[in-house]
Amino acid sequence: MFTKRIIPCLDVKDGRVVKGTNFINLRDAGDPVEVGANYSKNGADELVFLDITASSDKRNTVVDMVRKVAENVFIPFTVGGGIRTVDDFKTILRAGADKVAVNSAAIDNPQVISDAASKFGSQCVVCAIDAKRRADGNGWTIYKHGGRIDMGIDAVEWARRAYELGAGEILLTSMDCDGTKEGYDCELTRAVSDVVEIPVIASGGAGAYEHFLDAFEIGHADAVLAASLFHYKEMEISDLKDYLNKHNIPVRL
Amino acid sequence: MSKIAVIDYDAGNTMSVMNALKFLGYDVELSKDPAVLYKADHVVFPGVGAYADAMGKLNEYGLIGPIKEITGKKTPFLGVCLGMQLLFEHSSENIGETDKDRIEGLGLLPGSILGFKENASFDHTLKVPHMGWNSLELTNKDSKLFKGIDNGSFVYFVHSFYLNAADRNDIAAVTEYGITFDSAVEHENIFGCQFHPEKSGDIGMEILKNFCSI
Repeated sequence: MFTKRIIPCLDVKDGRVVKGTNFINLRDAGDPVEVGANYSKNGADELVFLDITASSDKRNTVVDMVRKVAENVFIPFTVGGGIRTVDDFKTILRAGADKVAVNSAAIDNPQVISDAASKFGSQCVVCAIDAKRRADGNGWTIYKHGGRIDMGIDAVEWARRAYELGAGEILLTSMDCDGTKEGYDCELTRAVSDVVEIPVIASGGAGAYEHFLDAFEIGHADAVLAASLFHYKEMEISDLKDYLNKHNIPVRL
Repeated sequence: MSKIAVIDYDAGNTMSVMNALKFLGYDVELSKDPAVLYKADHVVFPGVGAYADAMGKLNEYGLIGPIKEITGKKTPFLGVCLGMQLLFEHSSENIGETDKDRIEGLGLLPGSILGFKENASFDHTLKVPHMGWNSLELTNKDSKLFKGIDNGSFVYFVHSFYLNAADRNDIAAVTEYGITFDSAVEHENIFGCQFHPEKSGDIGMEILKNFCSI
Protein backbone atom coordinates (compact mmCIF):
# COMPACT_ATOMS: atom_id res chain seq x y z
CA MET A 1 0.00 0.00 0.00
CA PHE A 2 1.54 3.24 -1.18
CA THR A 3 1.07 5.91 1.45
CA LYS A 4 0.63 9.66 1.72
CA ARG A 5 3.43 11.38 3.60
CA ILE A 6 3.33 13.59 6.71
CA ILE A 7 6.30 15.93 6.87
CA PRO A 8 7.24 18.21 9.76
CA CYS A 9 9.26 21.28 8.80
CA LEU A 10 12.01 22.52 11.12
CA ASP A 11 13.31 26.08 10.85
CA VAL A 12 17.02 26.12 11.56
CA LYS A 13 19.17 29.15 12.32
CA ASP A 14 22.93 28.93 12.85
CA GLY A 15 22.56 25.15 13.07
CA ARG A 16 19.87 25.25 15.75
CA VAL A 17 16.14 24.56 15.61
CA VAL A 18 14.46 27.87 16.37
CA LYS A 19 10.81 26.95 16.85
CA GLY A 20 9.20 24.47 19.15
CA THR A 21 11.52 25.00 22.06
CA ASN A 22 8.88 23.63 24.43
CA PHE A 23 9.64 20.01 23.64
CA ILE A 24 9.55 18.90 27.24
CA ASN A 25 10.81 15.38 26.61
CA LEU A 26 14.03 16.45 24.90
CA ARG A 27 17.32 17.20 26.55
CA ASP A 28 18.04 19.88 23.98
CA ALA A 29 15.03 21.15 22.03
CA GLY A 30 17.26 23.23 19.77
CA ASP A 31 19.28 20.25 18.59
CA PRO A 32 18.24 19.28 15.04
CA VAL A 33 19.31 15.68 15.68
CA GLU A 34 17.20 15.28 18.79
CA VAL A 35 14.19 16.99 17.29
CA GLY A 36 14.53 15.02 14.03
CA ALA A 37 14.92 11.70 15.84
CA ASN A 38 11.90 12.49 18.00
CA TYR A 39 9.77 13.22 14.95
CA SER A 40 10.98 10.02 13.32
CA LYS A 41 9.95 8.08 16.43
CA ASN A 42 6.51 9.70 16.36
CA GLY A 43 5.78 8.65 12.79
CA ALA A 44 7.09 11.46 10.56
CA ASP A 45 7.64 10.07 7.07
CA GLU A 46 10.27 12.61 6.11
CA LEU A 47 11.76 15.81 7.50
CA VAL A 48 12.32 19.21 5.94
CA PHE A 49 14.98 21.49 7.39
CA LEU A 50 14.62 25.08 6.32
CA ASP A 51 17.78 27.08 6.95
CA ILE A 52 16.98 30.67 7.84
CA THR A 53 20.53 31.61 8.82
CA ALA A 54 20.89 35.25 7.85
CA SER A 55 24.63 35.91 7.93
CA SER A 56 26.61 34.31 5.14
CA ASP A 57 29.63 33.63 7.39
CA LYS A 58 27.52 31.20 9.36
CA ARG A 59 26.17 29.35 6.35
CA ASN A 60 28.51 26.41 6.89
CA THR A 61 26.62 25.63 10.11
CA VAL A 62 23.95 24.01 7.96
CA VAL A 63 26.47 21.57 6.48
CA ASP A 64 27.53 20.40 9.95
CA MET A 65 23.89 20.07 10.89
CA VAL A 66 23.10 17.99 7.80
CA ARG A 67 26.03 15.69 8.55
CA LYS A 68 24.93 15.12 12.15
CA VAL A 69 21.32 14.50 11.17
CA ALA A 70 22.40 12.01 8.49
CA GLU A 71 24.50 10.11 11.02
CA ASN A 72 21.65 9.73 13.48
CA VAL A 73 18.24 9.91 11.80
CA PHE A 74 17.28 7.23 9.30
CA ILE A 75 14.33 8.60 7.38
CA PRO A 76 14.64 10.79 4.28
CA PHE A 77 15.21 14.51 4.76
CA THR A 78 15.21 17.61 2.60
CA VAL A 79 17.26 20.74 3.20
CA GLY A 80 16.29 24.14 1.83
CA GLY A 81 17.02 27.80 2.37
CA GLY A 82 19.72 29.84 0.67
CA ILE A 83 20.50 27.23 -2.00
CA ARG A 84 21.83 29.08 -5.06
CA THR A 85 24.00 26.85 -7.21
CA VAL A 86 24.64 23.29 -8.31
CA ASP A 87 27.67 23.39 -5.99
CA ASP A 88 25.33 24.16 -3.09
CA PHE A 89 23.34 21.06 -4.03
CA LYS A 90 26.51 19.01 -4.07
CA THR A 91 27.66 20.27 -0.66
CA ILE A 92 24.32 19.53 1.00
CA LEU A 93 23.86 16.14 -0.68
CA ARG A 94 27.43 15.10 0.16
CA ALA A 95 26.79 16.00 3.78
CA GLY A 96 23.98 13.43 3.71
CA ALA A 97 20.70 15.13 2.79
CA ASP A 98 18.41 13.11 0.52
CA LYS A 99 16.90 16.09 -1.27
CA VAL A 100 17.60 19.79 -1.67
CA ALA A 101 14.91 22.44 -2.03
CA VAL A 102 15.53 25.48 -4.19
CA ASN A 103 13.23 28.50 -4.38
CA SER A 104 14.42 32.04 -5.29
CA ALA A 105 17.52 30.83 -7.15
CA ALA A 106 15.36 28.71 -9.44
CA ILE A 107 13.22 31.73 -10.26
CA ASP A 108 16.33 33.79 -11.09
CA ASN A 109 17.95 30.94 -12.96
CA PRO A 110 15.61 28.04 -13.83
CA GLN A 111 18.51 26.12 -15.28
CA VAL A 112 19.75 25.32 -11.79
CA ILE A 113 16.85 22.83 -11.66
CA SER A 114 17.83 21.04 -14.86
CA ASP A 115 21.55 21.16 -14.05
CA ALA A 116 21.03 19.71 -10.57
CA ALA A 117 18.58 17.10 -11.89
CA SER A 118 20.93 15.87 -14.59
CA LYS A 119 23.86 15.78 -12.18
CA PHE A 120 22.23 14.25 -9.09
CA GLY A 121 18.91 12.87 -10.35
CA SER A 122 15.43 14.42 -10.30
CA GLN A 123 14.54 12.57 -7.10
CA CYS A 124 16.70 14.92 -5.03
CA VAL A 125 15.61 18.21 -6.60
CA VAL A 126 12.69 19.84 -4.82
CA CYS A 127 11.30 23.07 -6.24
CA ALA A 128 9.86 25.15 -3.40
CA ILE A 129 7.21 27.64 -4.48
CA ASP A 130 5.69 30.46 -2.44
CA ALA A 131 2.37 31.39 -4.05
CA LYS A 132 -0.24 34.03 -3.28
CA ARG A 133 -3.64 34.60 -4.81
CA ARG A 134 -3.82 37.54 -7.21
CA ALA A 135 -5.64 40.63 -5.92
CA ASP A 136 -8.38 40.08 -8.48
CA GLY A 137 -8.80 36.52 -7.24
CA ASN A 138 -7.73 35.07 -10.56
CA GLY A 139 -5.11 32.43 -9.94
CA TRP A 140 -1.84 32.79 -8.03
CA THR A 141 1.55 34.37 -8.59
CA ILE A 142 4.90 33.32 -7.19
CA TYR A 143 6.99 35.33 -4.76
CA LYS A 144 10.69 35.21 -4.04
CA HIS A 145 12.95 36.09 -1.12
CA GLY A 146 10.69 34.60 1.52
CA GLY A 147 7.56 36.10 0.00
CA ARG A 148 8.82 39.66 -0.30
CA ILE A 149 8.92 40.09 -4.07
CA ASP A 150 5.96 39.34 -6.36
CA MET A 151 7.37 37.96 -9.58
CA GLY A 152 4.06 38.30 -11.42
CA ILE A 153 4.58 34.77 -12.75
CA ASP A 154 1.63 32.37 -12.65
CA ALA A 155 2.21 29.75 -9.95
CA VAL A 156 0.65 26.84 -11.85
CA GLU A 157 2.67 27.63 -14.96
CA TRP A 158 5.85 27.94 -12.92
CA ALA A 159 5.22 24.58 -11.23
CA ARG A 160 4.67 23.01 -14.64
CA ARG A 161 7.90 24.54 -15.89
CA ALA A 162 9.85 23.32 -12.85
CA TYR A 163 8.51 19.82 -13.49
CA GLU A 164 9.53 19.99 -17.16
CA LEU A 165 13.00 21.21 -16.16
CA GLY A 166 13.45 18.08 -14.08
CA ALA A 167 12.34 18.89 -10.54
CA GLY A 168 11.38 15.70 -8.71
CA GLU A 169 8.93 17.24 -6.28
CA ILE A 170 7.08 20.52 -5.66
CA LEU A 171 6.91 21.99 -2.16
CA LEU A 172 3.97 24.36 -2.51
CA THR A 173 3.35 26.98 0.16
CA SER A 174 0.27 29.16 0.14
CA MET A 175 1.25 32.55 1.51
CA ASP A 176 -2.42 33.40 2.03
CA CYS A 177 -2.96 30.40 4.28
CA ASP A 178 0.44 30.16 5.97
CA GLY A 179 0.10 30.83 9.68
CA THR A 180 -3.70 31.09 9.63
CA LYS A 181 -4.39 27.54 10.83
CA GLU A 182 -7.55 27.68 8.74
CA GLY A 183 -6.55 25.00 6.28
CA TYR A 184 -4.40 24.48 3.20
CA ASP A 185 -5.22 26.26 -0.07
CA CYS A 186 -6.73 23.15 -1.62
CA GLU A 187 -7.64 24.94 -4.82
CA LEU A 188 -4.03 25.98 -5.41
CA THR A 189 -2.73 22.56 -4.40
CA ARG A 190 -5.10 20.81 -6.76
CA ALA A 191 -4.40 23.20 -9.65
CA VAL A 192 -0.67 22.42 -9.34
CA SER A 193 -0.98 18.73 -8.52
CA ASP A 194 -3.14 18.13 -11.58
CA VAL A 195 -0.65 19.63 -14.06
CA VAL A 196 2.57 17.97 -12.86
CA GLU A 197 3.48 14.29 -12.82
CA ILE A 198 5.65 14.63 -9.74
CA PRO A 199 4.61 14.64 -6.08
CA VAL A 200 3.24 17.87 -4.60
CA ILE A 201 3.70 18.68 -0.92
CA ALA A 202 0.97 21.00 0.39
CA SER A 203 2.22 23.60 2.86
CA GLY A 204 0.75 26.50 4.81
CA GLY A 205 -2.41 26.70 6.88
CA ALA A 206 -2.70 23.38 8.71
CA GLY A 207 -4.59 23.75 11.96
CA ALA A 208 -6.87 20.74 12.33
CA TYR A 209 -7.17 17.09 11.29
CA GLU A 210 -9.73 17.88 8.57
CA HIS A 211 -7.28 20.23 6.87
CA PHE A 212 -4.93 17.34 6.15
CA LEU A 213 -7.77 15.20 4.87
CA ASP A 214 -8.88 18.03 2.57
CA ALA A 215 -5.36 18.54 1.24
CA PHE A 216 -5.33 14.89 0.13
CA GLU A 217 -8.94 14.49 -0.99
CA ILE A 218 -9.67 17.91 -2.47
CA GLY A 219 -6.14 19.20 -3.11
CA HIS A 220 -4.80 15.91 -4.54
CA ALA A 221 -1.63 16.40 -2.49
CA ASP A 222 0.88 13.56 -2.24
CA ALA A 223 2.29 14.82 1.04
CA VAL A 224 1.52 17.48 3.62
CA LEU A 225 3.87 19.70 5.54
CA ALA A 226 3.33 21.51 8.81
CA ALA A 227 5.61 23.30 11.23
CA SER A 228 4.23 25.02 14.31
CA LEU A 229 1.32 22.62 14.72
CA PHE A 230 3.75 19.76 15.36
CA HIS A 231 6.43 21.81 17.09
CA TYR A 232 4.13 23.20 19.71
CA LYS A 233 2.59 19.77 20.27
CA GLU A 234 -0.84 20.99 19.23
CA MET A 235 -1.05 17.82 17.22
CA GLU A 236 0.83 14.51 17.38
CA ILE A 237 1.74 12.98 14.05
CA SER A 238 0.68 9.56 15.33
CA ASP A 239 -2.81 10.88 16.19
CA LEU A 240 -3.08 12.59 12.81
CA LYS A 241 -2.20 9.32 11.09
CA ASP A 242 -4.84 7.43 13.07
CA TYR A 243 -7.39 10.02 11.97
CA LEU A 244 -6.37 9.83 8.31
CA ASN A 245 -6.35 6.03 8.42
CA LYS A 246 -9.93 6.05 9.74
CA HIS A 247 -10.85 8.28 6.80
CA ASN A 248 -9.35 5.88 4.27
CA ILE A 249 -6.21 7.86 3.49
CA PRO A 250 -3.35 5.37 3.20
CA VAL A 251 -0.68 6.23 5.76
CA ARG A 252 2.28 4.40 7.27
CA LEU A 253 1.23 3.34 10.76
CA MET B 1 31.73 -8.45 15.64
CA SER B 2 31.69 -9.13 11.98
CA LYS B 3 33.49 -6.91 9.53
CA ILE B 4 31.26 -5.23 6.95
CA ALA B 5 32.60 -3.83 3.68
CA VAL B 6 30.64 -1.35 1.57
CA ILE B 7 31.63 -1.30 -2.09
CA ASP B 8 32.92 2.13 -3.12
CA TYR B 9 32.07 3.00 -6.71
CA ASP B 10 30.75 6.57 -6.26
CA ALA B 11 27.13 5.50 -5.73
CA GLY B 12 24.87 8.24 -4.36
CA ASN B 13 23.59 6.51 -1.23
CA THR B 14 26.93 5.11 -0.07
CA MET B 15 27.24 7.48 2.85
CA SER B 16 23.70 6.85 4.08
CA VAL B 17 24.38 3.11 4.08
CA MET B 18 27.67 3.68 5.94
CA ASN B 19 25.92 5.95 8.46
CA ALA B 20 23.23 3.36 9.19
CA LEU B 21 25.73 0.51 9.64
CA LYS B 22 27.96 2.65 11.87
CA PHE B 23 24.95 3.74 13.93
CA LEU B 24 24.18 0.05 14.51
CA GLY B 25 27.72 -0.33 15.86
CA TYR B 26 29.27 -2.42 13.09
CA ASP B 27 32.90 -2.32 12.06
CA VAL B 28 32.35 -1.00 8.57
CA GLU B 29 34.78 -0.03 5.85
CA LEU B 30 34.17 1.69 2.52
CA SER B 31 36.49 0.29 -0.12
CA LYS B 32 37.09 -0.41 -3.78
CA ASP B 33 40.10 -2.57 -2.93
CA PRO B 34 39.27 -6.22 -3.77
CA ALA B 35 41.56 -7.40 -0.96
CA VAL B 36 39.46 -5.53 1.61
CA LEU B 37 36.22 -6.78 0.05
CA TYR B 38 37.45 -10.40 0.04
CA LYS B 39 38.30 -10.26 3.74
CA ALA B 40 34.94 -8.84 4.84
CA ASP B 41 32.38 -11.10 6.56
CA HIS B 42 29.53 -9.24 4.85
CA VAL B 43 29.50 -7.03 1.77
CA VAL B 44 26.96 -4.29 1.03
CA PHE B 45 26.53 -3.02 -2.52
CA PRO B 46 24.74 0.35 -2.57
CA GLY B 47 23.48 2.17 -5.64
CA VAL B 48 21.44 5.11 -6.85
CA GLY B 49 21.27 6.50 -10.35
CA ALA B 50 21.61 5.18 -13.86
CA TYR B 51 22.21 1.49 -14.63
CA ALA B 52 24.66 2.01 -17.49
CA ASP B 53 26.72 4.57 -15.56
CA ALA B 54 26.95 2.24 -12.58
CA MET B 55 28.09 -0.71 -14.74
CA GLY B 56 30.61 1.66 -16.32
CA LYS B 57 32.00 2.61 -12.90
CA LEU B 58 32.21 -1.02 -11.76
CA ASN B 59 34.12 -1.80 -14.94
CA GLU B 60 36.40 1.22 -14.58
CA TYR B 61 37.28 0.29 -10.99
CA GLY B 62 37.80 -3.37 -11.89
CA LEU B 63 35.08 -4.49 -9.48
CA ILE B 64 33.03 -6.83 -11.68
CA GLY B 65 35.39 -9.79 -11.27
CA PRO B 66 35.79 -9.32 -7.50
CA ILE B 67 32.01 -9.04 -6.98
CA LYS B 68 31.50 -12.32 -8.85
CA GLU B 69 34.24 -13.96 -6.81
CA ILE B 70 32.89 -12.69 -3.47
CA THR B 71 29.35 -13.83 -4.19
CA GLY B 72 30.77 -17.14 -5.45
CA LYS B 73 32.57 -17.81 -2.18
CA LYS B 74 29.30 -17.53 -0.25
CA THR B 75 29.98 -14.28 1.59
CA PRO B 76 26.60 -12.70 2.49
CA PHE B 77 26.12 -9.97 -0.09
CA LEU B 78 23.40 -7.29 -0.04
CA GLY B 79 22.51 -5.13 -3.04
CA VAL B 80 20.47 -2.02 -2.23
CA CYS B 81 18.25 -0.25 -4.78
CA LEU B 82 20.32 0.05 -7.97
CA GLY B 83 22.80 -2.30 -6.25
CA MET B 84 20.08 -4.96 -6.26
CA GLN B 85 19.12 -4.27 -9.86
CA LEU B 86 22.74 -4.67 -10.98
CA LEU B 87 22.78 -8.24 -9.64
CA PHE B 88 20.45 -9.26 -12.47
CA GLU B 89 21.02 -9.98 -16.14
CA HIS B 90 19.94 -6.82 -17.87
CA SER B 91 18.00 -3.58 -17.71
CA SER B 92 15.82 -1.83 -20.25
CA GLU B 93 16.78 1.48 -18.63
CA ASN B 94 17.48 3.05 -21.99
CA ILE B 95 15.49 4.56 -24.78
CA GLY B 96 13.60 1.95 -26.75
CA GLU B 97 12.39 -1.48 -25.90
CA THR B 98 14.37 -3.66 -28.25
CA ASP B 99 16.94 -6.21 -27.13
CA LYS B 100 19.83 -4.16 -28.45
CA ASP B 101 18.92 -1.33 -26.04
CA ARG B 102 19.29 -3.62 -23.07
CA ILE B 103 22.13 -2.90 -20.71
CA GLU B 104 23.98 -5.92 -19.40
CA GLY B 105 24.10 -6.31 -15.61
CA LEU B 106 26.24 -8.57 -13.43
CA GLY B 107 24.04 -11.57 -14.21
CA LEU B 108 24.44 -13.17 -10.78
CA LEU B 109 20.71 -13.90 -10.68
CA PRO B 110 18.28 -14.44 -13.57
CA GLY B 111 15.85 -11.64 -14.33
CA SER B 112 15.53 -8.21 -15.84
CA ILE B 113 14.94 -4.60 -14.85
CA LEU B 114 11.98 -2.89 -16.48
CA GLY B 115 10.43 0.59 -16.45
CA PHE B 116 7.08 1.33 -14.79
CA LYS B 117 6.20 3.77 -17.55
CA GLU B 118 6.98 1.28 -20.30
CA ASN B 119 4.68 -1.36 -18.81
CA ALA B 120 1.26 -1.23 -20.54
CA SER B 121 -0.50 -2.74 -17.51
CA PHE B 122 0.99 -0.14 -15.13
CA ASP B 123 -1.55 2.31 -13.66
CA HIS B 124 -0.39 5.39 -15.53
CA THR B 125 -2.24 7.77 -13.21
CA LEU B 126 0.45 7.01 -10.63
CA LYS B 127 3.55 9.17 -10.47
CA VAL B 128 6.98 7.93 -11.47
CA PRO B 129 9.43 7.67 -9.73
CA HIS B 130 7.73 5.51 -7.14
CA MET B 131 8.86 7.66 -4.22
CA GLY B 132 7.73 7.22 -0.66
CA TRP B 133 6.70 4.56 1.86
CA ASN B 134 5.11 1.37 0.61
CA SER B 135 4.46 -2.00 2.18
CA LEU B 136 6.18 -5.34 1.72
CA GLU B 137 4.33 -8.54 1.08
CA LEU B 138 6.72 -11.14 2.38
CA THR B 139 6.72 -14.19 0.13
CA ASN B 140 9.39 -16.39 1.73
CA LYS B 141 8.58 -17.52 5.26
CA ASP B 142 12.13 -18.80 5.71
CA SER B 143 13.67 -15.46 4.74
CA LYS B 144 16.78 -14.53 6.70
CA LEU B 145 16.59 -10.87 5.64
CA PHE B 146 13.06 -10.47 6.98
CA LYS B 147 13.38 -12.59 10.11
CA GLY B 148 11.12 -11.05 12.76
CA ILE B 149 9.77 -8.46 10.31
CA ASP B 150 5.96 -8.29 10.06
CA ASN B 151 4.23 -8.86 6.76
CA GLY B 152 2.97 -5.49 5.52
CA SER B 153 5.84 -3.50 7.06
CA PHE B 154 6.52 -0.14 5.43
CA VAL B 155 9.83 0.76 3.82
CA TYR B 156 11.06 3.70 1.75
CA PHE B 157 11.36 3.49 -2.04
CA VAL B 158 12.77 5.81 -4.72
CA HIS B 159 12.92 4.24 -8.19
CA SER B 160 11.56 4.40 -11.73
CA PHE B 161 12.62 0.89 -12.77
CA TYR B 162 11.70 -2.37 -11.11
CA LEU B 163 12.85 -5.96 -10.91
CA ASN B 164 11.16 -8.85 -12.65
CA ALA B 165 13.01 -11.90 -11.30
CA ALA B 166 12.99 -14.96 -13.57
CA ASP B 167 13.15 -17.50 -10.76
CA ARG B 168 10.19 -16.99 -8.44
CA ASN B 169 12.07 -18.89 -5.72
CA ASP B 170 14.52 -15.99 -5.47
CA ILE B 171 11.82 -13.53 -4.41
CA ALA B 172 11.60 -12.59 -0.73
CA ALA B 173 9.06 -9.75 -1.02
CA VAL B 174 6.77 -8.10 -3.52
CA THR B 175 5.22 -4.63 -3.46
CA GLU B 176 2.30 -3.10 -5.28
CA TYR B 177 2.59 0.18 -7.16
CA GLY B 178 0.38 0.20 -10.22
CA ILE B 179 1.62 -3.35 -10.79
CA THR B 180 3.08 -5.94 -8.44
CA PHE B 181 6.88 -5.93 -8.59
CA ASP B 182 9.66 -7.83 -6.85
CA SER B 183 10.89 -5.66 -3.98
CA ALA B 184 13.39 -8.02 -2.31
CA VAL B 185 15.35 -11.11 -3.29
CA GLU B 186 17.18 -13.81 -1.44
CA HIS B 187 19.19 -16.55 -3.13
CA GLU B 188 21.59 -18.48 -0.89
CA ASN B 189 24.14 -15.80 0.11
CA ILE B 190 22.89 -13.15 -2.30
CA PHE B 191 20.33 -10.65 -0.97
CA GLY B 192 18.81 -7.59 -2.53
CA CYS B 193 16.24 -4.95 -1.71
CA GLN B 194 14.74 -2.38 -4.04
CA PHE B 195 13.86 -0.14 -1.08
CA HIS B 196 16.34 1.77 1.05
CA PRO B 197 16.74 0.05 4.44
CA GLU B 198 19.11 2.88 5.40
CA LYS B 199 16.18 5.31 5.06
CA SER B 200 13.38 3.07 6.34
CA GLY B 201 13.50 3.97 10.03
CA ASP B 202 13.41 1.22 12.65
CA ILE B 203 12.20 -1.47 10.21
CA GLY B 204 15.10 -0.71 7.88
CA MET B 205 17.58 -0.92 10.73
CA GLU B 206 16.16 -4.33 11.73
CA ILE B 207 16.59 -5.56 8.16
CA LEU B 208 20.22 -4.35 8.09
CA LYS B 209 20.84 -6.04 11.44
CA ASN B 210 19.33 -9.25 10.09
CA PHE B 211 21.67 -9.14 7.10
CA CYS B 212 24.73 -8.45 9.25
CA SER B 213 23.81 -11.37 11.52
CA ILE B 214 23.71 -13.93 8.70
